[in-house]
Amino acid sequence: MRDVAVIGVGMQKWGELWEKSLRDIFTESALLAIDDAGVDHIDAMYVGCMTSGLFVGQEHLGSVMADYLGVAPIPSVRVESACASGGVAFRQAFIDVASGVHDIVLAGGVEKMNDIDGGGATHALSTAADAEYEVYHGVTFPGLYAMMAVDHMHKYGTTRDQLSHVAVKNHRNGSRNPLAQYPYELTLEQVAGSLLVADPITILDCSPITDGAAAAILCPLDMAKRLSKRPPVKVLASAHATDTIALHSRPDISWLSAVEKAGEKAYKAAGLGPKDISFVEVHDCFTIAEICAIEALGFFERGKGGRGAESGETAVGGRIPVNPSGGLKSKGHPVGATGVAQVLEVVKQLRGECGGRQVKGATIGMTQNMGGVAGSCAVHILGSV
Amino acid sequence: MSTSARYWREIPQRYRLEAAKCRKCGKVHFPPRVICNTCRGREFEKVVLPDAGRLLTHTVIRIGPSAFSNETPYAMGIAELDGGVRLTAQIADVEFDELTVGMPVRIEFRKLREEGEAGILCYGYKFVPAR
Ligand SMILES: [Zn+2]
Repeated sequence: MRDVAVIGVGMQKWGELWEKSLRDIFTESALLAIDDAGVDHIDAMYVGCMTSGLFVGQEHLGSVMADYLGVAPIPSVRVESACASGGVAFRQAFIDVASGVHDIVLAGGVEKMNDIDGGGATHALSTAADAEYEVYHGVTFPGLYAMMAVDHMHKYGTTRDQLSHVAVKNHRNGSRNPLAQYPYELTLEQVAGSLLVADPITILDCSPITDGAAAAILCPLDMAKRLSKRPPVKVLASAHATDTIALHSRPDISWLSAVEKAGEKAYKAAGLGPKDISFVEVHDCFTIAEICAIEALGFFERGKGGRGAESGETAVGGRIPVNPSGGLKSKGHPVGATGVAQVLEVVKQLRGECGGRQVKGATIGMTQNMGGVAGSCAVHILGSV
Repeated sequence: MSTSARYWREIPQRYRLEAAKCRKCGKVHFPPRVICNTCRGREFEKVVLPDAGRLLTHTVIRIGPSAFSNETPYAMGIAELDGGVRLTAQIADVEFDELTVGMPVRIEFRKLREEGEAGILCYGYKFVPAR
C-alpha cells in the first residue's frame, strides 16, 4: 500500500441550481479540483451518486461524466451507497491510488435533487431504506430518524432543546461558509417552532433538498510535491462498515453500529484516538443524527451526545468542533456529493483557508458519511503533512 | 408500476406473519432469510409470529410519501413482539398524544393504501393499542 495524498479540491455554491444540469454541476466542480491540484490529466475517476435515475432519469454516470469532463476513455465508474455514495467514491479512489493501479484519480460526488417535486424526492430518498418492510408501511427518512430521536430521549433524557442546539450551531458555522445553501443563522425558537415533519423532528431539524457537487484529486504522497503546488493533505485512514438495512432489526435503535465500527477501524489504521482529532465533519442529515454520530465516534459517551452543541463543546473553538462547514444542515445535502464535500472541508481547514469558520491550529480532521439510517458508513481521517 | 408478483410474494409475511426459525440457533427471522445472520445456518422451520408486543419507539408522519398522501398524519412505530422479533408498522386507532414507549400493542390486518390508478390495494399489518 502506498501513502495517499489529496492535492486538489473543488466545489461550487450549493442550492437550487435551476440553470444547470446534473452533468454541468459535476463537471464544474471536477474542473475546480483539477485546476486546484494543477494537474494536466487524471488516470481514473469515481463518481458518487445515490439515485440520478430517480432524480433526473440518468444512469451510467461513469460514461456521462467522463465524456463531459473530456477525459474519456479513462476508466470511470459511478459508486452508489445511498447518502454515503460520495464517501465511498472517495474511498474507492483512495484504494485505487494506494494499490498502485492508478496515480492521479478524481473522486467526485453529485446529486441533482430539485428536478422533481417533493413527493418524488421523498420517494427517491426512501429507496435507501427497506423497501418491503419499512417503506411499504409508509415510513420516511425523517420518520426513521424521529424514531431514533424518541428512543434517545426515552433512554437518556435528550431534549427537544438539545436537538435545536445542533441546528443553531451548524447554521452559525454555515453562515461563514459562502458555498453553503443556507448561510444564515437560526434561533432555538425557530427550529423548535417550525413545521413538524415527523414528531419530534421539524423541518429545521432536517437537511435540505440540494443540487450540488464536489470533487477531490488524489495521488501517491511521494508524487504530491512534484505534481502539485498545493500543500498536500495525507489520507491517514479510510474505513467503511455496514449494518442491517432495517432500523427495527438492530438491538439498539439509536446506536449507529456501522459508524462505531468504521470509526474503530479508522482510528486503528491511523494509530489515533478521538482525543487526537482536531475537528470532525459528521453526517447531520437530521439534528439527532449528529448527536448519535458523535457518540458512535467516541467523542461523547453513549447517551451524552445531546450535550455537545448545548454546552458549546462542538462549536468552532470548543473541545471538538463538529461540522465547521455548516454540516448537511446549513451547507446542504446533495446526497451523493456530501461525502466528498466533507473531505473538501477537511482539506481546506488543514490548509487554513476557512476564514470565519477556521478551526485554529487544526492538524487532523475526520469525516463521517452514512447511507440510510447508517446501513453503511464511510469514515476518513486526513492530516497535514 | 411494479408487477403483481412483487406484491403476492410477500403475502405470507404481510397477511399471516410467517417467519423462519433457524434450526441451528433458534433465532426467528422476519421476513425469512436464506442464511441465518447469527449462526450462518441454512435450515429453517416456518413459524407464525405472536400478535402481541410493546412499542419501542414511535413517531407521527405528518409529511408522507406521495403513496400515503391521503393518509397523513399517521402514527408509526417499532414494536417488539413477544418472543423478541421487532417490526415497523403504522399504529391505528390511537390518539397521537397517547403514544408512549412501552405501550402494549397487538397486530391487526388492515388496508395500508391503494397503489396508483387501477393499482393494487395494499394490505398488511398495523399495530393497535392493546386495551
Ligand atoms: Zn441461526
